[in-house]
Amino acid sequence: MSMGDFQQQALKLAARQPRGPDAEWLTDLRDNGARQWLRSAWPGRKTELWKYTPLKALQEKPFEDWAQPQSGWQDEIELLPIEGIRLVFVNGVFDEAQSDTLPEQVSLFSRTEGRGEEVLRSKLGTILDTERHLFAALSNAWANEGVLLHVPARTVLDRPIYIVHVSTPQAQPSVANLRVLVVMEQGARAEMIEHYVSAGRQQNGFVNALTEVSVGANAEFRHTRINLEDESLLHIGGVHVALQRDARCDSFTIAEGSQLKRIDYQVTHREPGGQLRLNGIYLAHGRQLLDYHTNIEHAAPHGTTEEVFRGIIGDHARAVFNGRIHIHPHAQKTLAELNNRNLLTSRNAEIDTKPELEIYADDVRCAHGATVSQLDGKAMYYLQSRGISAEQSRILLSFGFINELIQQLPREEIRDYLQRHLQLLFENSDSLIGEAGSQVPNEAVAEEAGGRH
Amino acid sequence: MLEINELSAAVEGEPILKELSLTIGDGEVHAIMGPNGSGKSTLANVLTGRDGYEVTGGTVKFNGRDLLAMAVDKRALAGVFLAFQYPVEIPGVSNMEFLKTAVDAKRRHSGEEPMSSVDFMKLARETSRKIQLDPSFLKRGVNEGFSGGEKKRNEILQMLLLEPSLCILDETDSGLDIDALQIIAEGVNGMRDGKRSFLVVTHYQRLLDFIVPDRVHVLAAGRIVKSGGKELALELEDKGYGWLEDAVA
Repeated sequence: MSMGDFQQQALKLAARQPRGPDAEWLTDLRDNGARQWLRSAWPGRKTELWKYTPLKALQEKPFEDWAQPQSGWQDEIELLPIEGIRLVFVNGVFDEAQSDTLPEQVSLFSRTEGRGEEVLRSKLGTILDTERHLFAALSNAWANEGVLLHVPARTVLDRPIYIVHVSTPQAQPSVANLRVLVVMEQGARAEMIEHYVSAGRQQNGFVNALTEVSVGANAEFRHTRINLEDESLLHIGGVHVALQRDARCDSFTIAEGSQLKRIDYQVTHREPGGQLRLNGIYLAHGRQLLDYHTNIEHAAPHGTTEEVFRGIIGDHARAVFNGRIHIHPHAQKTLAELNNRNLLTSRNAEIDTKPELEIYADDVRCAHGATVSQLDGKAMYYLQSRGISAEQSRILLSFGFINELIQQLPREEIRDYLQRHLQLLFENSDSLIGEAGSQVPNEAVAEEAGGRH
Repeated sequence: MLEINELSAAVEGEPILKELSLTIGDGEVHAIMGPNGSGKSTLANVLTGRDGYEVTGGTVKFNGRDLLAMAVDKRALAGVFLAFQYPVEIPGVSNMEFLKTAVDAKRRHSGEEPMSSVDFMKLARETSRKIQLDPSFLKRGVNEGFSGGEKKRNEILQMLLLEPSLCILDETDSGLDIDALQIIAEGVNGMRDGKRSFLVVTHYQRLLDFIVPDRVHVLAAGRIVKSGGKELALELEDKGYGWLEDAVA
C-alpha cells in the first residue's frame, strides 16, 4: 500500500461512519478536514516534522474498518481508583454500562443539546493546528462521537473527569477515532484524566486521538494523559490548548513506545498572562518508536511556560523529542523554560532530541537544555556499596530518574498507579534498563546542548 | 577481622598507596590520620571496591576471605560498610525505599525473609530518631537537599540499620559542628560491642575525643609512617603533620 493509498483509504472510512451525531456543522468539519487531509503532502524523510518518525507501520496495513466494541476486557485492565466521573470508550465506542452518570457539564457529542451544542458547534476544530499536526485534519475528517466538557463561568468541578480509552484485539486492521473538547469559561476550574489502555495484542489497531482545550480567562485546567497500551498498537495523539488571559494549564503526559506512537502537544498563549506547565515521560524499549512533538506559541506578553520531559530509551528503541517554543514579536516579558533529559541504557538505543527556541521579542527570559546520558557512576557505586546488586541499582536509579516527575503529581491515585506500573516495567524488562551483566560506564557521558537567551 | 598486607594502589596510573600494611582485630577501633593527599580516602575506596582505584599489589583479607576479589555489593553483604565523605544525592529514590532495598538485600544474603514494610518503617523511624534525624527525611530523595550534617547522619542511619561488622568512616567529621559530631559519635559508640571493628579516617583529632580509638596510625605519602595509642592523636594535634613528613623524607 503506497502513501497516497493510505490517504484515500482513510477517506473511504470517513464515508462509512457507523454512528454518532448527524448535524450539518459536523458535515462541514468533516468536509474541511477531508480536503485538508488530501491536500497535505504525505510526510517523508524530508518532512521536518516527521523526519525521524516513519509512518511505515501505518501504511503497511489496509485499515478498512472501524474498530468494533467488545466486552470482557475488565479482567485484563486495571483502572485508576479515581473518585471522579468516569467515561469508558471501548475501541472508540462509548460503553454506557461501564460509565458513570454524567453531570450537566459533561456530554457525548451525539447527546449534546442547548448551550452545549452551541459551544460544540462554535469551538470544535477551532483550537487545533492542522498545519503542524496533519492527523488533526484526519481527526476532523473522521469527526463523529466524542466527549464535551463545558464548564461555565466561575464553576468549579470538584470531581475529575476520568476518560478511559480501551483497545481490544480486532480481527481486521481497524481504526478508532477519539475526540475530546474541553471548553472552560472564565474563572472555571476542572481536571481531566485521559487513560489509554489495551487488553491483549493490538496488531490490528490504530488509534487517532485528539483533544482540544480552550482555557478561558483566569480559568484553570489540569490534564493528565496516560498512554500505556500494548506495543503493537499504533497511536497518534494530539493535545491542542488555547490559553486566554491569565489562564492556567497544568499538563502531564506519559507514554510507552509502540511500533508507532506519535504525540503532539500544541499550546498557544493567545492572551497575556497565561501559565503553562507541561511535564512528560517517555519510555521505549525493544524495537519501539516513540515521538513527542511539543510546540508552544507565545502569541501574547507575560506568559509563562515550564516544560520538562524525561525519557528512558533502551535496547534497539528509538525516541524523538522535539520541543519548540516560539515567542512572537510582541510577546514581551515571556518566561519560558524547556528541559529535556534522556537516559540511554543500550548502545543501540537512539534519541533524537531537538529543543527549538524561536524568539522574536527582546525582553524575555528563556532557557532550554537537552542532555543525553547514562546512569551516574557515583550513584551506582553508592547503592552497590550498601549491598544492592548492580541490576537492582540500575532499576532504582532509572526509576528515580522519572519518579522525580511523578512525585510532583498532586493526585496520589495516579502517583501510586504509575509508580507500581513502572516498578513492574523496570523489573520485568531488562531491555529498558540495560541487560543484566552489561557494563554501565563508570562516569556518565553527557552530551549537553543548551543555553540561555 | 581485617588484614591489609603491603597494599599498593593507583588512581589514573599514579601510585597513591605504597605497600601499606594494617591489621584490625575484632572489636578494635583504629584511626587513620594524615595530611590531605596522603591516601586516606583512597584506602577507604579501595577497601570498598570503587571503580577507578586500581590495586597494583598486596592483599586484603576480610575474615579470612580475599576482599579485593569481591564485587562492591558482595563486600557490603559480607559486612564492610563505608560512611562516605561525600554522600551521593539520588533524587527520585526515597530514602526509605533505598534503606529497605539495602536491608532486604542483606537479609536475603543471610537467609532471612525481607521485613514487612510496616515493620521496617517502624524500625527506620526509631533508628533515625536515635541520631536526631527527623523521620521526615526518610520520605525525601536519598540525601536530596540534605545539609552536610544531615547527610552524615544519614550515613550513620544506614550503618545502624545494616549492622556491618567493619565500619569505615571517611572524614565523617568534616563540616560538622560540635553538636552534630557528638550525635554521630554516640551513634558509633553505641555500636561498639566488642566484636564490631571500626576504621576511622580523619584529618583532625577532634572526632577522636568522642570516638576513642585503640590504635592511631599516621598515613603520609601512601604509607603508615607511625602507629601508636590514642595519645598519638593528641601529639599530632600539637605538632601538626610536618615533623612526620620530614621524618619520612
